[in-house]
This record gives sequence, structure tokens and C-alpha cells, in this order.
Amino acid sequence: MTEERKTFFKSIFEKPWEQAQSLKDNDHDGKLLSISGSRLGLKTIMAVSSVIFSLFVVAYSDRMMAHDWIKMPEPWLLWINTAILILNSFYFHKAKIAADKIDYSQVKKNLFIVGFLGYSFLIGQLIVWYQLMKLDYFAGSNVANAFFYMFTALHGLHLLGGLFFWGKTTSSLFKENYKILKLQHRIELCAIYWHFLLAVWFVLFGLMLFT
Amino acid sequence: MHEDENNKLHSKSQTLSSDTTLESAITGGDIDYLPPQELPDQDLYHSHSWWTTYVFSQDAKYIGVQYALTAVGTGLIGLVLSWLMRLQLAFPGLGLLEPSAYYQFVTMHGMIMVVYLLTALFLGGFGNYLIPLMCGSRDMAFPYVNMLSYWSFVLAVVVLLASFFIPGGPTGAGWTLYPPQAITAGTPGYNGGIVLMLISLILFVIGFTMGGLNYIVTILQYRTRGMTLMRMPLTIWGIFTATVLAMFAFPALLVGCLMMTLDSLLGTSFFMPAMVSMGETLDYDGGSPILFQHLFWFFGHPEVYIVALPAFGIVSDLLSIHARKTIFGYRMMVWAIVGIGALSFFVWAHHMYVSGMNPWFGFFFATTTLIIAVPTAIKVYNWVLTLWKGNIQLTLPMLFSLAFIVTFLNGGLTGLFLGNVTVDVPLSDTYFVVAHFHMVMGIAPILVIFGAIYHWFPLITGNYLHEGMGKFHFWITFIGSYAIYFPMHYQGFVGVPRRYFEIYDSPYIETSTIGLNIFITIAALVVGFAQLVFLYNIILSARAGKPSPKNPWKANSLEWLTPNMPPEHGNFGKELPKVYRWAYDFSVPGAKEDYIPQTTPPSAVVNAKVEQS
Repeated sequence: MTEERKTFFKSIFEKPWEQAQSLKDNDHDGKLLSISGSRLGLKTIMAVSSVIFSLFVVAYSDRMMAHDWIKMPEPWLLWINTAILILNSFYFHKAKIAADKIDYSQVKKNLFIVGFLGYSFLIGQLIVWYQLMKLDYFAGSNVANAFFYMFTALHGLHLLGGLFFWGKTTSSLFKENYKILKLQHRIELCAIYWHFLLAVWFVLFGLMLFT
Repeated sequence: MHEDENNKLHSKSQTLSSDTTLESAITGGDIDYLPPQELPDQDLYHSHSWWTTYVFSQDAKYIGVQYALTAVGTGLIGLVLSWLMRLQLAFPGLGLLEPSAYYQFVTMHGMIMVVYLLTALFLGGFGNYLIPLMCGSRDMAFPYVNMLSYWSFVLAVVVLLASFFIPGGPTGAGWTLYPPQAITAGTPGYNGGIVLMLISLILFVIGFTMGGLNYIVTILQYRTRGMTLMRMPLTIWGIFTATVLAMFAFPALLVGCLMMTLDSLLGTSFFMPAMVSMGETLDYDGGSPILFQHLFWFFGHPEVYIVALPAFGIVSDLLSIHARKTIFGYRMMVWAIVGIGALSFFVWAHHMYVSGMNPWFGFFFATTTLIIAVPTAIKVYNWVLTLWKGNIQLTLPMLFSLAFIVTFLNGGLTGLFLGNVTVDVPLSDTYFVVAHFHMVMGIAPILVIFGAIYHWFPLITGNYLHEGMGKFHFWITFIGSYAIYFPMHYQGFVGVPRRYFEIYDSPYIETSTIGLNIFITIAALVVGFAQLVFLYNIILSARAGKPSPKNPWKANSLEWLTPNMPPEHGNFGKELPKVYRWAYDFSVPGAKEDYIPQTTPPSAVVNAKVEQS
């Protein structure tokens, strides 16, 4: 199909019963967008996650106004974790570029670094939790703490989900007959998800930092 | 056929051969020619063992039936709970239910019916069964994720029902689960039942998100050649829009449930204000119960349309097929579905008029609520106009669809009362509200579900449902539900409060309500009995019903055009169907038969005059 794809809102103004439209429609390949199903799936998941995190931000802003809000300190380790997450995204991007060039050794190397950084970030977050709890910042003691634990836990769970797909992708590199196109596509989708999680982290961390 | 109507009609095929520019667009002058499908076929999972065929199936049709059976099974529990509540209300002297049991049953009945029956049945059941078939796809986009979706749903149901068997029993907080009372001593199940309820809802949302992902991607990207968005049957439009709504609305429920779980288990104060309970000061401080109400209803109102939109879509198809007439105003119907879906996110606070909100806030939400009546009314007019001068077949699906129109109109009109703040405030705690929402989102969608089951049962099993039992089921259900809910409107007007497990001898309660309560309960039991007959009909007809021919209703959409009926794994045999028209070419003048299936090429209907406007 060579014809330019219509957007969703343009296509709902078509008149399917008219002859000219009917001829065009017969030739339609049944896809709204010229992207793969998995990419649309990823976008949908990211949209749903964004809604979840936005609602949390709304709840946070609303709850902040109450008299009992006590701001929580940000341990310095959080800054290191943030740096790890940035590096993580950077190496995923490098892995994607290497995959596009079909440079296997580079892909493997970068993907391993990504996994290492991903798990380091999660462990780093757990250490932050441990430090805070040692200082008596419990979820029950103030709602600001509770928001912190909840945000980090949810963000961590999202990253764990990402690491599951990272594991599938990386292990498929070591199989005999993988399809390079499929692999490139997978790495690209994983990379997009990683960048998305970095953006989410910026929003959440920024929110807790500045309020 | 009148002369002017003849002029308005235009032969598609005739112009096709006379118009040379168009002809040159088609290779070799063959008007049926289509280039081959360039898409690679979907990778289908083929099961190898009994477990992967019958239990952990990845076939969307099978998952759809699994979803439907689980949802109906859960719904039956909800039905039994409603009988017990009605018996308690009619005969309080029997002492059938403790007050706490009454609240627990109200809560479980509400949550089961709205979430675990209606949502799961429309989207999980009909969605899974019909989306791939009607879109001309072999299966869902991600069959494995689809299977996980069903099993998360099963887990959610198990956790929900487990709360009946723990100390303290299920939660009695009402289906809205408002804090602080939901997790405070004095409410039934405040420490165990509520947590299981919240966990169950979280599991449901996770499972639904996996399913919804499949529905959206399949509908947008995996249709067959020629199936443009505007050639899709309205059923798919309804399910699609409802899924999009659910993907944006369920997160609000998830967020609310997560935060309340933490309030309950870890003692956080997201929603819990400083309070004294049973003479004791609790550890909570500063939380906002209203915040939960906002989150809940930001989910809760779209939820009404998550249930209603698939019903709108399905009933449009049933009416068109069984009246042998093109759906009136197809584009307007699509726009109305999309418009209602968008508007449904801006009306949530009309459920909170009595929460003490700023009156201007209520004014805004009353306005948006009344605006949503416009696209809804368009749909009702279009259904009626579809029937006008149609060749109406009084089959069971048609009877249920007609009953739906009347019932939905009825429930919708009382919605106009309750949408206005000044009218809502005195009525909001009375049986008027119970009558309203049962009419509009209980009975109306259920009637469509029944119609849809009578309609698609031959496709799923190869047999018709028994007509006589069906007629019995229809008339008892239709008249019976009016016998139940009409008196409740009156009870609401005279001020009978809802949520009370017993109406004591209060001087301000009319004595007529006591007799009415008994009448309503008897009607409810009779209607319930009709549902048992329906279930018997399903079991009997699935095993030894009257065999149905292929495409028994002479419908146009793709699900009836599979090589085998019931459709097999992969749905469409070797080649996917090619679509040449929308699903509504009924009673086309000049055509041999009164329907032209979507796959019929133009050359097969050369003399047919397809309407142009």
C-alpha cells in the first residue's frame, strides 16, 4: 500500500458506502499505523503506565497540602542511582546502534552492561530504603515517606518487567538461529522502554526533590 | 420502490464499468482484483497437549468462552446474594440476615455484577470471541499474553471469593469501598475482607490491561485486507472504545486500591484522616477520603460506559441484522461511541454531589452530564430509525434488543433527574438511585448480553438455543425486571432510604412500601428462576439443540463466513477473507438476496444498487 496512512480521527470521517471510498478501501491492508504490533503494544503499555504515574502525581500534589506533611530528605545515594539509570539508557542506546550495524560483539557487550546497571540500580534503591528505615523514616510515620516508598517500588517493578524482556532478548543472542531483524526490533523496543522509565524517574525524583 | 428513491440509489457496479478512470485503477479491468496480502501471516501457537488445548488455551475463541463461563459463574453468586437481600428486605421478621451480612452481600453483589460479570463478559468474553473473527484475523496479536489475562482474572475471582471464608468475612463497605469506614473497626471485614477485595481488584486490573492490550492492537493492526476502520461492525467499535476507556480508567482504580491497601496494612495515611474510633484515637492523620472518591469515580464513571459501549455496539448489529436493514447513520453511530467515550472522563464528580463539594463544581459536572445525553440520544434515535420500515424479524435477539432500547431509555431519563444537583441531593440516598442504575447499567446491558448469546450461540456451538424456553426467558425477564424496578422509583420518591437492611416502623415511611417490598422480592425470585431456565437451555442446547445451518441469521459480518462453523483454530482456513464492503448491506434493491456478506466481490452483485448519499 503506497497511499499515505490516515490518522484515526481522519479515517472516522470516511463514507464507506460511497463508491470512490469503496475502491480505496478494498485496497486497504487493514492496519491503521505503519508500525509493528509489538511497537503499538509497547506504546499502549507506556500510555497506561503514564496514566498510573500521572494519577499518583495528582494524588501526591493533593495530599501535600495537608498540615501533617513532613518533607523527606533525599539521600545522596539517590543521585548515584539516578546517574546509573542515565548510563543505563545511554548503553541501551549504544546497544541499539550496534544492533542496527549488526555488530554482534558490541551488542552483547552493551547488553551485558545494561543488565548490570539495571540490577545495580535496583540494589541501589533497596540500599536507599534500608538507610532510610534505619533513620526511622517508615511508610507509616509520614505520608511523604509512604509516597517515596510507593513511587520507588512501582518504578522498580516496572524496571524488573523491563529486565525480564532484556533477559529474553539477551538470551536469544546466544541461540543458533535468530532472525536479525526480529532482534533489532526487540532491542529497539527495550531501549524505548528504558528511556521511558528514565523519564518517569526524572518526573518522580524531581517531584520529591522540589516539593 | 418509489421513483425518487430510485434516483437516489446508484448502482456501484454499473458506474464502475462506465467510469474509465476508476477502471484503470483496477488492474486488467477485473473489478474483483485485489493485490495479494503483503503481511506475513500471524504465528499461531498450535497446542500439543490436553492442558494447552483445554486449560491453558491460547486460542482467543476458547479464552472468550472461558472468560464468559467464569464471569457468568461469578455472576450467579451475585444473583443469589441479591435474592437473599431481597428476602431480608421483604420479610425482616424472619431474621434471615444479620445487618453485617446484609452489607457484605450488598458490597459483593455490586462489585461482582459491575466488574467481575459485566466488564469481564463484555470485553473478556465477547471481545475475545468476536474481535479476531469480525476483524478477519487469525487470532489476537499476543495470544500468550491473552492467556495470562484470563488466568489473572481467574486468580482475581478466587481471591475475591476467598474473602467469604476468612474470619470476619468479605468487606461490607459498599461497592464504592469509601475510606475511612472501609478499613475502620465496625465495618464488616475491615481488616481481612477489604484487603482481599483490594488485591482482587488489583489483579483484575493487571489481567485486564493484558487483555486490553490485545484488543487494541488486534483491532488497529491485525484486520484483514479491505477491513478499514469504517467498515468494522459497530460491535467492534463499541468493544474498541470501551477497551480504550478501560485502559485509561482502570489505572485510577489501581492507584486508589494500592494506596488503600497500604493504609490498611502499613498504617499509611493516604486517605485516612485523624479520627477517633470506638473511643480510641487512631494513628492516622491528615489523609483525604475525598481524594479516594475522586480516584474511584474517575474509574467508576467511565466504567459505566465500559459496560454500556459494547452493549451499544452489539445491539446496533442485532437490530440491523434482525430488521434486515442498514444501520441508520453508521458514521454518526461511530462518532457517538467515540464522543460518549471521551465525555465519560469529564462527568465523574456527579457521583459526589453529596460529598460537600463546592456548588460551582457540581454545576460544572451537571452540565457535562447533561451534554453526554446528546450523543446518547442520537444513538437511541438511530436505533429506532433503523427499525423504521425495516423487515423486522421477531427473533429472540430482536426481542431482547427492543427491550434494551426501552429499558435504556427509561434508565437514561431517570439519569437526567439525578444528573441535576438540586434533584439529586434529596434523591441520592433513596431507592430512586437503586432503580436508576439497575435499569441503565444492570438490566439494559444484561438484555443485550442475552440477545447476543441467542444470536451468537449457533456460531459458538453449532446449535440454536431452544426457542420456546427462550421466549419464556425473555418475557419473564423483561416484564419481571420492570416489576422489580418500577416500584423502586416510587419508593425513592416517598423517601425510602437505600442501604438499610431493615425498614423499621418509622412514621415517615409509607405503609405501601412494605407491601411493595414483598411484591418486588417475589418478582425478583421469579426473574431469577427464569435465569435458571436460561442456563438449562444453554446446557441442553449445547448438547442436543436443533442444529443450525451456516450463517443462520443471514448476517454480513465475517464471523459467520468462516469455512467451518463453529470456526476452528486459525479461524479462516488457508486464506484470510478479503473485504469489499461494510457489514450493513441489507435488503439492497436489485440484489438476489436481502443481504450481501462483506466478502462478496462487486462482480457477484452487478445489479445491486448500493445507496449513495
